[in-house]
Order: sequence, then C-alpha cells, then structure tokens
Amino acid sequence: MSSLDIRNLEIHVEGKPIVKDFTLNVPKGEVHALMGPNGSGKSTLAKALAGHEDYQIVAGEASLNGQNILKMEVDEIARAGLFMAFQYPSEIPGVSIANFIRAALTARLADNEELDAARYYRRLYEKMDLLKIDRKFTARSVNEGFSGGEKKRCEILQMAMLQPHFAIMDETDSGLDIDALKIVSHGVNTMRGPDLGILLITHYQRLLDYIVPDKVHVMWDGRIVRSGGKELALELEEKGYDWVKEEVAVV
Amino acid sequence: MSNASTLERVSAKAAKSITSSEAFQNHLESLENAPKWLIDLKTEQWEQFSSLPMPTPKSEAWRFARTGNLSLDKYQLSSDLTPSEIEDAQKNSHLIESYSGKMVFANDQLVEKKEATASLSQAGLIWAPLAKAINEHGSLLRKFLLTFTPDLGSEKFQALHGALFSNGSFLYVPVGMEVTLPFVAYHEICGHGAAVFPHTLIIADAGAKVHLVDIFQSTGANTKNFACGMASIFAGAGAQVSYQAIQEWNLETLSFHLNSVSAERDADVQTVTVNLGSHQTRSEQHTCLSGPGSNVDNFSLSVPTGNQEVDQRTLQTHKAPSCRSNMLYKNALMDDSRTIFSGLIKVEESAQQTDAYQTNRNLLLNGSAEANSLPGLEILANDVKCSHGATTGELDKEQLYYLLARGITRKKAEELLVFGFFEEVFSHLENDELREHLNSWIGKKFHVDPPTGNPVTNS
Ligand SMILES: Nc1ncnc2c1ncn2[C@@H]1O[C@H](COP(=O)(O)OP(=O)(O)O)[C@@H](O)[C@H]1O
Ligand SMILES: [Mg+2]
Repeated sequence: MSSLDIRNLEIHVEGKPIVKDFTLNVPKGEVHALMGPNGSGKSTLAKALAGHEDYQIVAGEASLNGQNILKMEVDEIARAGLFMAFQYPSEIPGVSIANFIRAALTARLADNEELDAARYYRRLYEKMDLLKIDRKFTARSVNEGFSGGEKKRCEILQMAMLQPHFAIMDETDSGLDIDALKIVSHGVNTMRGPDLGILLITHYQRLLDYIVPDKVHVMWDGRIVRSGGKELALELEEKGYDWVKEEVAVV
Repeated sequence: MSNASTLERVSAKAAKSITSSEAFQNHLESLENAPKWLIDLKTEQWEQFSSLPMPTPKSEAWRFARTGNLSLDKYQLSSDLTPSEIEDAQKNSHLIESYSGKMVFANDQLVEKKEATASLSQAGLIWAPLAKAINEHGSLLRKFLLTFTPDLGSEKFQALHGALFSNGSFLYVPVGMEVTLPFVAYHEICGHGAAVFPHTLIIADAGAKVHLVDIFQSTGANTKNFACGMASIFAGAGAQVSYQAIQEWNLETLSFHLNSVSAERDADVQTVTVNLGSHQTRSEQHTCLSGPGSNVDNFSLSVPTGNQEVDQRTLQTHKAPSCRSNMLYKNALMDDSRTIFSGLIKVEESAQQTDAYQTNRNLLLNGSAEANSLPGLEILANDVKCSHGATTGELDKEQLYYLLARGITRKKAEELLVFGFFEEVFSHLENDELREHLNSWIGKKFHVDPPTGNPVTNS
C-alpha cells in the first residue's frame, strides 16, 4: 500500500485531547490540502506523525507504505520516507546547512557506502538555484538569523535533497511574500510526481492557487469535517470558516 | 632506551624536587652566560615563591577549585633527554605544516628549529628560543619579560615560573611588518616527574601583524608531570596579533597557563585557548586595554571528560577610553568533569566609551558534570557598555528533535550539536590544519567520528 494512512488517530497534548478520531488517506502521487482555522490541531497532527515526544498518540493507527510509524523512533520515521516541513523550524547554531544535509543523506546510506562529495555539492547547488537560495548559505548555520521566508525555503531545500516518499508541509506559505511563494511553489511542483505524496497544511487558500491539490480536507476541533475537490478551498475562501462551524453545529 | 641510562636519569632527578633551593641553585648554574639582570630577577622570583602560601580551599581566588593536588614536591627539572625522547617530541610536532617558523621544545630544551626566512630576519624580525634571545636581545627583551603577569590567584606558581623558566619562544615583529603564515611552537613533556616552564613572549611593534600557535603535548600518556607556562603578548600601536594555545598535556599532568595581553593604541588582538588535556588545569588570562581604541577578543573552548578540572580565571582591565574587549569561554563537560569560570571586567575612571563583554557558556553532556560560574563587573567610568553573562544547560531538545526528524541518528545528531556549540570558538582558529586535528582529538575524547570538513563555497 503506497500511501500515508491515518486511522482514528487521537492525540493528546499535556493530557488534553487535541486531535480526535482523525482519519485520512493520502495515496502516493497525490497532493492533499489540510485546511482549518488556527488551533484546530493541524500542527499537532503533523508533529505527532513525525514522532515528537510532546504529542501522545493514545489511539488509532498511522502507517507509511504499510509500515506502522507509531512504533518507530523519530529518525526511523524520517528514514522510512516521511518528511516534515516545519511551521517553525529550529535554529541550529554552529551547524552549517551543507554539513546538516550531508549528515541527513549519510544517515540514509548503508554502512559501507559513502557520499560522493562532488556530486553532493552539485545537487545541492542545483536545488539551491531552483529555490533561489544564495549558494553562500551552505556555510551558514541552519536557520540561524534567517528571515521567515528563508527558513521556509531552507525546509523545501532539505525536502528536495532528501527525496521523501511523503511530505507534510506545515504552513509553508506563512511568512512568504508573493515572490517567495511563487519560488517555493515552483520548487514543490517540480518535485510532484508519482513517487511523492504531499499533505499540504495551510489556512489560506492562496497557496493552493500555486500548488493545486487533488483533494482538500477541512479540519475543525481535531477532526476532518469536510472533504472535497479543489473547489472546496475556494468555497471556504468565500464563506469563511464560520460556514464550516455552522455546518458542524447542524450535524 | 638502555637500562643503565634509565637508572642514571632517575637517580639524577630523584634528588631535587623543584621546590628545593638546591634545584633552584642547580638551575641557575645550568644557565649559560646568564646576564646578571636575569640572575637577579630569578632570585627575586624564587624568594617570592618561597614566601607565598599555597592556595587553600579558603582562598577566594580558588573558590570551587580543587586545591588538594597542588603539591609540587614530586616534580623535578629534567636533565638530559634521551635520543628516543627527542625523536618522539619531533614526531609529535607536525600538526601545522604551513608556517613562517617553527620550534620544538622537549622539557624546555630546544630540539628542533625552523628559522624564519632570511628576508624576514633581515628586515628585523626575531624568532628565537628565549634562552638565546636573552643573551642576544637582552636590552629589548628585558623591557617586557615578566613585566605583566596575570596575578589572578596563582602568584606563587607565577613566581616559580619566573624562577625556573629556561626557554620558550621569543617573537619580535618590527614596525609595520605583516607576516601571514603562523609561527608554531611545540612544547613537549617527556618522562616521569618532569616539570616544564614554557614561556612565550610576543612583541608586535607598531602596525605589525603576526600569528603564533603554541601546542602543549606529552610524549607519553601516563607520565605524571607538572607544566607551568606563561604567554605574554605585547601589541604595539595598531599591531594585529593572533595567538592560539592548544593544551593537550596528558591526563596525568597538573598544568598552569598564566597568560596576559597588553594592547596599545588601536591594537587588535585575538586569542583562542583550547583545553583538552591535564587532570587539572588552571588557566588565567589578564587582558589590559592600555591604549585608546584597542580591541581584544579572548576565546576559549574546554572539553573536559572523566574527572578533569578546568579552572579559568579572567580579568579585562580597561585603562584607556574607546576600547573594546570580548571574552567568550565555552565549556562542554562530559562524565564527572568540572569547570570553573571566574571573570571580572574592570573599567577604570578614565576609560570612557568602553565596550566590554564577558560570556561563559557551559554545555553539560552528563548530569554529574559540574560547571561553576562567577562573572563580575567593576565599573568606575560612567559612559560604558558592558555585559556579562553565564549560561549552563544541556543539549536543546527541540534542536535535537529537528535533527532526528531529518533521519540523522541520535548519536550523530548529538555530535553535530556539540560541534555546533564549539563552532563559535572554532571559527576563530584561522587555521584549517589545526581545526582538523582538534576535530579528531575531540572526536576521540567523545568516542565519536569527527565531523566532515567545513563546506567549501565555490560559487
Ligand atoms: N506543545 C504544546 N503544548 C501545549 N499545547 C499545545 C502544544 N501544541 C499545541 N497545543 C495546543 O493544541 C491546540 C492545537 O494547536 P495546533 O496543533 O498548533 O493548531 P494549528 O496548527 O491547527 O493552528 C491549541 O489549542 C494549542 O494551544
Ligand atoms: Mg499550526
């Protein structure tokens, strides 16, 4: 089964249920948008799937290409092919972008394999050029002193270098001006294809003009309350989240 | 090494502990053609040593430090070196192969020297072993030798150094001369019980630019030794001096490194100290901003493991206006190791427009390691910018998570963060060869592979 499959997931933070009975299947090759107002639990879902210890998964299942990721360590989940583009990426002083990505790639090699440095730099520069990141950034500490937009671009650079099976992109559009949004979207679109599934988390429809999703899901208070095609995003934009809220109240 | 020579050496040494006046008399006699001023100076220092008390747990300048292991009776000045000791010392001394000049000392005796180029020497540069410089350049050297000692609690050991030092490197750079490649001095300890007193004296005349690296090592891993070194830097008007000291004595060594920097008008000095070795090391740094507009950075990185103790005492004295000083001491502690950082910024009344910073950051990699911090300020001028701060913490959990979330293994992620912590100091080493050696030494201390080299940005 080539998909990111989440079933009846319940996630607690500090003992409080934040994500409740959450079910979603993203087949490989598709882009699904997950929309919802602030505080609805989108980042909680994303970080829990990426193994963050502050988020307790108390019920449900989650698998990546049929492999149960709930039993895996954080680094194992990543090596199994799940990439998380964080809403708020950490700053890592003293660790250069080049060394960081190199370590991440090396971790994916067998013990007797070695990364070809020349090829590595060629690929790195190619992806940096694509995302219009200055090549001098290779020597800069990861995210340290970066603007919001630079951090987001750096996340997408890592995604491009690590070539995951699935990517969860958490509010990659926030903090981006329109030019940066176009560059990042272009970068993501060039990665799209049958070998990559994407869960695109956002609460603005703006991003979806550039990265057109196959499906749109609306999250409210920890659950998916509505799913549909890309038109759903436009409908949301027009009517606002209160519309969903009213519908939920009716149900 | 034959049995006979071992026996001979042992018996020759066993007689005279460095604390005995017999040892001091023998030392004076061993100095060849010593000028009277030196004998007088040494005699005065010996008297001071003899009269000063040993530090006790109650001494304020030794707060938090271990004082139980400071007895010096078991150490001797070493007599002749064996051919194999000379060979070992020379073999150890190839860390930096691009240099302007090199000296190798084994138990304070010069065993190898690479001269500075003739063009530098003809233009007035002096790169000489101190023992020789005392005779040949006495009138210049006397004006500086032992004139500025740190005086931060180790006065007794400082005086012993003054009484018993016999060699080291002397570097004088004449007005306006700029030398790019570093001068490198290796100081090696050989044999059980040997005591060494390496001395480094750098005088950069007005507008000169120079770089010196001191490397302190032992030829054997298990010899019990005592090292009491002093490095003094005098930067003349507008001079630029960069100094690096790598302390890698073996883990049985008790060491003192008592250093000072004096910066004249508009001088720019940067020092980097790296502490890896010694079971106990006391590192004192007194930086004096003596001329207006001068700027001094003192960086330090210590990586104690096991039950090593690194005891750091610093003083930044601002005597002149419009100067900047910055002290950044970083410690990464493993196992049951300990560090002490006690620093003071002193701004005299006349030193207006002072910028002075003092930072101590401790990274605890094990719950039973102990980092002590005593930052301090004493400000008599009213127009100053000063800050001091100390932080102690463990590896950041969110940073670690971020690395793990990229598929990096926990061990490698921790290692990247630790080396990331070092980077703020390492980036000032200005020498790729040295950096690589340090990476591998520290990697060994942590039982990890060193990080791959720094990226080259070829745009
Ligand atoms: N680490 C945390 N500690 C405490 N509360 C948290 C934490 N992470 C999320 N929450 C809470 O969970 C809820 C959902 O937050 P989040 O998942 O960030 O929402 P979204 O990403 O949809 O805006 C919020 O009420 C938030 O305060
Ligand atoms: Mg969020």
